[in-house]
Amino acid sequence: MYFFTDNYLPWNECETLMNEPIETDVAIVGAGPAGLFAVFELGLLDLKAHLIDILDRPGGQCTELYPEKPIYDIPGLPTVTGQQLTDRLMEQIKPFSPQFHFGEMVTGLTKCADGRWKLTSDAGTEIVAPVVVVAAGGGSFMPKRPPVPGIEAYEGRSVFYAVRKMEDFRGKDILIAGGGDSALDWTLNLAPIAKSLTLVHHRDGFRAAQHSVNRMRELVDAGKVKFHVASVKALHGENGVLSSATLAGADKQEFQVAAAAFIPFFGLTMKLGPIADFGLKLTDNLIAVDTAKFESETPGVFAIGDICTYSGKVKLILSGFHEAALMAQAAFHICRPNDRLRFQYTTSSSNLHKKLGAS
Amino acid sequence: MKIIAKDREGNEHELEGRDGWTLMEILREGGLGVAAECGGACACATCHVYLTDGWYEKLPPPSEAETDMLDMALGVEPNSRLSCQITLDESMDGIACTVAPE
Repeated sequence: MYFFTDNYLPWNECETLMNEPIETDVAIVGAGPAGLFAVFELGLLDLKAHLIDILDRPGGQCTELYPEKPIYDIPGLPTVTGQQLTDRLMEQIKPFSPQFHFGEMVTGLTKCADGRWKLTSDAGTEIVAPVVVVAAGGGSFMPKRPPVPGIEAYEGRSVFYAVRKMEDFRGKDILIAGGGDSALDWTLNLAPIAKSLTLVHHRDGFRAAQHSVNRMRELVDAGKVKFHVASVKALHGENGVLSSATLAGADKQEFQVAAAAFIPFFGLTMKLGPIADFGLKLTDNLIAVDTAKFESETPGVFAIGDICTYSGKVKLILSGFHEAALMAQAAFHICRPNDRLRFQYTTSSSNLHKKLGAS
Repeated sequence: MKIIAKDREGNEHELEGRDGWTLMEILREGGLGVAAECGGACACATCHVYLTDGWYEKLPPPSEAETDMLDMALGVEPNSRLSCQITLDESMDGIACTVAPE
């Protein structure tokens, strides 16, 4: 858990690749349970979907926060873990071949001249579709930023929340903060190429895997890694280039360590992010929708799952499933204005059986 | 049962606790800005508080799972707890806490 992958760099400068816009029926923001099940409901109506998610895998909160914890209130599944539910949803939607864009954050939503929407991501992906579905849960998962004054000024140049290229850290004084697997794994990986490596954690105990902790302690004993039970109080440098950091130990005594790069690993937290600037009507940072279609006040833009709000809304996965089903019916009329929606049951329709690969 | 909670701006709030509820639930309902993203599963560390006025010592110590999860919290101090892991009962009348920075 909490292992940052190389393509996950929300606060770093990403190269913008200008790809050809992708044209599809529905662009879905978020690949959590609501977004995934939306693919199924849309697929039954022959609507194709592309999904964008800031995480590097499907499942949203289910796989990021509680992959191994059981969920007890999914109808028909007395107990299922976050990971199992995600795996089953992925299996269920496979016949509809959804296209995923992982490790990307949506940055813009604009109206095209022909009335369709264009959704853009920080990786340069552009999706043009008549319908956009925001299924973004509590927002984008972003790295937790330590409460160190002025840290923003160093982000991207000296402060990183992930390691993209190890070579960028060669020969540098590296400061890593945290006690989870990411902090320990990168301590072990970067120590051999660093000029110096200092690990700082608030206690002499770690939630990381024991074998990683043991290896770290061996490196400390060999003088190759410095470990302090302390917290980072201040960063020092110029123009975003870090030179040292002030740490405070358990006894509140402050001291300085050399640091050209600071990599804090405290996991992720949810922030609404650029969606807040899409011009959608928000109520307490949630998207207001009607309960017949789950469409926002902006025509063609829908919201389902935890991110939508309406009178009586309950934030449950099963609510997201219901919202996805009704959204799909409404989306059909926008995507296929000249066609008649034929409502069919999966139990009895041979036409649906063919789509599902069941016949 | 009274809960004395200080928000991030330093304002003190007196909240009514409920037997069997978690401290996180009371703080969230009281609008103290506790995110509690995982909903109380000890899986996100966004309900982090500092227990004050000697309350850290008065309560049973945190479980290993909570101690491990605190590794993902910011600004951890010796009196840090995850408020979703504190289930209130009458013996906690007057419990005092400060919401940790985001």
